[in-house]
Amino acid sequence: MRAFVVALALALLACLPMQAAAEDMKVGFIYVSPVGDAGWSWAHDQGRQAVDAMDGVSTSYVESVPEGPDAERVIAGLARKGHSLIFTTSFGYMDPTLKVAGQFPDVTFMHCSGFKTGPNMGNYFGRMYQARYLTGLVAGKMTKGNIIGYVAAFPIPEVIRGINAFTLGVREVNPKAEVRVVWTKTWYDPALEKDAAKSLLDVGADVIAQHQDSPGPQEAAMEKGVYSIGYNSDMSSFAPKAHLTAAVWNWPVFYTEMVKQVQNKTWKPEALWWGMDTGLVDIAPMGPMVPQDVKDMVEAKKKAIIDKSFTVFAGPVKDQKGEERIKAGAMPEDKELLGMTWFVEGVVGSTE
Amino acid sequence: MPLRLVDRTKPLPWGGFFVATISLAAALAVCALLLTWQGKPGLHGVWLLVDGGFLHGYALEDAVRKAIPIFLCSLGVALCFRMKLWNIGAEGQFALGAVGATAVALRFGHWPAWAVLPCMCLAGAAAGALWALGPALLKRRLGVNEIITTLMANYIGVLVLQYLVYGAWKDPVSFGFPMTELFSDAAQVGLLPGSRIHYGLLYCVAAGLGFWWWISRTRLGFELVVSGENSRAARFAHMPYGMLICLAMGGCGALAGVAGFLEASASVHRLQPSIMVGYGFTAVVVAWLGRLRVPAIAAFSFLLAGFRVGVENLQIELQAPAAMAGVLEGTILMAVLSGQLLNHRRLVWISRRTTP
Repeated sequence: MRAFVVALALALLACLPMQAAAEDMKVGFIYVSPVGDAGWSWAHDQGRQAVDAMDGVSTSYVESVPEGPDAERVIAGLARKGHSLIFTTSFGYMDPTLKVAGQFPDVTFMHCSGFKTGPNMGNYFGRMYQARYLTGLVAGKMTKGNIIGYVAAFPIPEVIRGINAFTLGVREVNPKAEVRVVWTKTWYDPALEKDAAKSLLDVGADVIAQHQDSPGPQEAAMEKGVYSIGYNSDMSSFAPKAHLTAAVWNWPVFYTEMVKQVQNKTWKPEALWWGMDTGLVDIAPMGPMVPQDVKDMVEAKKKAIIDKSFTVFAGPVKDQKGEERIKAGAMPEDKELLGMTWFVEGVVGSTE
Repeated sequence: MPLRLVDRTKPLPWGGFFVATISLAAALAVCALLLTWQGKPGLHGVWLLVDGGFLHGYALEDAVRKAIPIFLCSLGVALCFRMKLWNIGAEGQFALGAVGATAVALRFGHWPAWAVLPCMCLAGAAAGALWALGPALLKRRLGVNEIITTLMANYIGVLVLQYLVYGAWKDPVSFGFPMTELFSDAAQVGLLPGSRIHYGLLYCVAAGLGFWWWISRTRLGFELVVSGENSRAARFAHMPYGMLICLAMGGCGALAGVAGFLEASASVHRLQPSIMVGYGFTAVVVAWLGRLRVPAIAAFSFLLAGFRVGVENLQIELQAPAAMAGVLEGTILMAVLSGQLLNHRRLVWISRRTTP
């Protein structure tokens, strides 16, 4: 009997996890979708892995957390478990993050894509619209039928801003082209995203762009034999013959910097909106089907965005009715961009 | 096959309890194996799951909070299932309940709590019940299969919610994001003193007792169960079969609607599309696991809620995939349902020599 008890105790001990070194800083992440092989959460997880590789830092994450009351519980759970810096990576986590931040004043919280801050809570995002504009240039050059399809998740400012920047890029090189938008009302639903792309292909779209987390639309484009533009991460492996380029996130540069700031106690609760000059947003390498002169043109525009000699959304910008929403010669204010609820000229679809 | 199933003359004494316990243990063992297969410590994983779901004060509070909407929806579903009405529309009725309560909260939020909260509750229950009455009347008048209509009504219900939140009810200061403004303090269901559990728990107790009393102590409740056992006999005995359909479906809609009201008012404090996380579908699973009885439904609501909370702990500590929650739930359902077979039958080994 005694031997059995000892054996049982040993077996239980063997099950205990290896304890992290005591001085390790713990950084937590919560994701709205599964990490998977590509997409929004995958891109954030690349950043987490870069943080995990830093000295004296360990990380953990929770995936597929719904954006309601569940989020509050998971964030509080991470804080209770001794995470001193917590990144919440979807808009719907904003209020839960704020609430939990009030309960754990010693923990630093950073919320992605929202607009609220607190004494120990900052928010952050990237100027993805800059990359969207560049991918729009490519799409505008590559379309033959002048109809470009855009599979989009929710009619919220972030997505509308991306569609607008993309359309400005398209119309810059091809004033006759139009961008048709279909809403899926989901961030992540591979089958539905693919069906939405097919509905755009049926009305004659010959380039498919997306603001979705799965490569479903890419696959739909390749099956039809037309082109596609990815989002979040380089999606060329899912549709090598279709994938022109993608607007991509490069989270490692941002997350490692934030961890350093918290370690050095220089972190401040700010609203950060990093642009292409920091490397946080970029475009994936353009595919072999893109002609060299187009590649050169896009690279030149990218340099102009980085050295700030060119600004996306610089006036004049007209809306769908032809009304001038950003006056000629005017620069857009961040506040306007962050609350954008109207489509630019050239978009076919409604923001409802 | 040397193994045969033989009917028992009497059901196994305490069978339900044993079967549930053994099935749960089997389901947890499967999860431990799956974790080990992924190169994670399996037994420790099961411990983390239980620890994170049930063994801390905050974990228990979280589990109870999550169990409240599941229990209410499940009770409603069980009411219909008692009558063999396959209503799987609790999800849509939950959505409409949240919409009904929000309509009152946005319009009359300036009223004191004692006035606005009962109105919200009634509006939620009424909206949910009306949503369920559509399929009920279609079945009663035209004989349309309620499985199809209630399932389809789910999608429409969620779209109604989205239509309002993206349109007329959108908070003007939300930067265009789909959510209503925060409810006023008066329109938020409060917390039980000294805890993080809201007063919805009392609604659950009242609903559970009411369900039990109605089914077992009233003539209408008796007639409902009889109609479920044999609808032709019920009609022959002049029981109000058509009205019972409407009562059961409407009752389910009202219960799911109250769950929607509680989630919007007590948990999220506003209406937003992410309020829909599938409680209405979980309710069907729980109703079956609980074999349509109130105490068992309560126990399984709490258990499944606790496991959902515990899986998050498992994720934080072991980086196990989120799909673990779905796997666990499915395994429990399969194990318990197939285990219930043994309540009324037993396995016997028949050797080859004796079989002809």
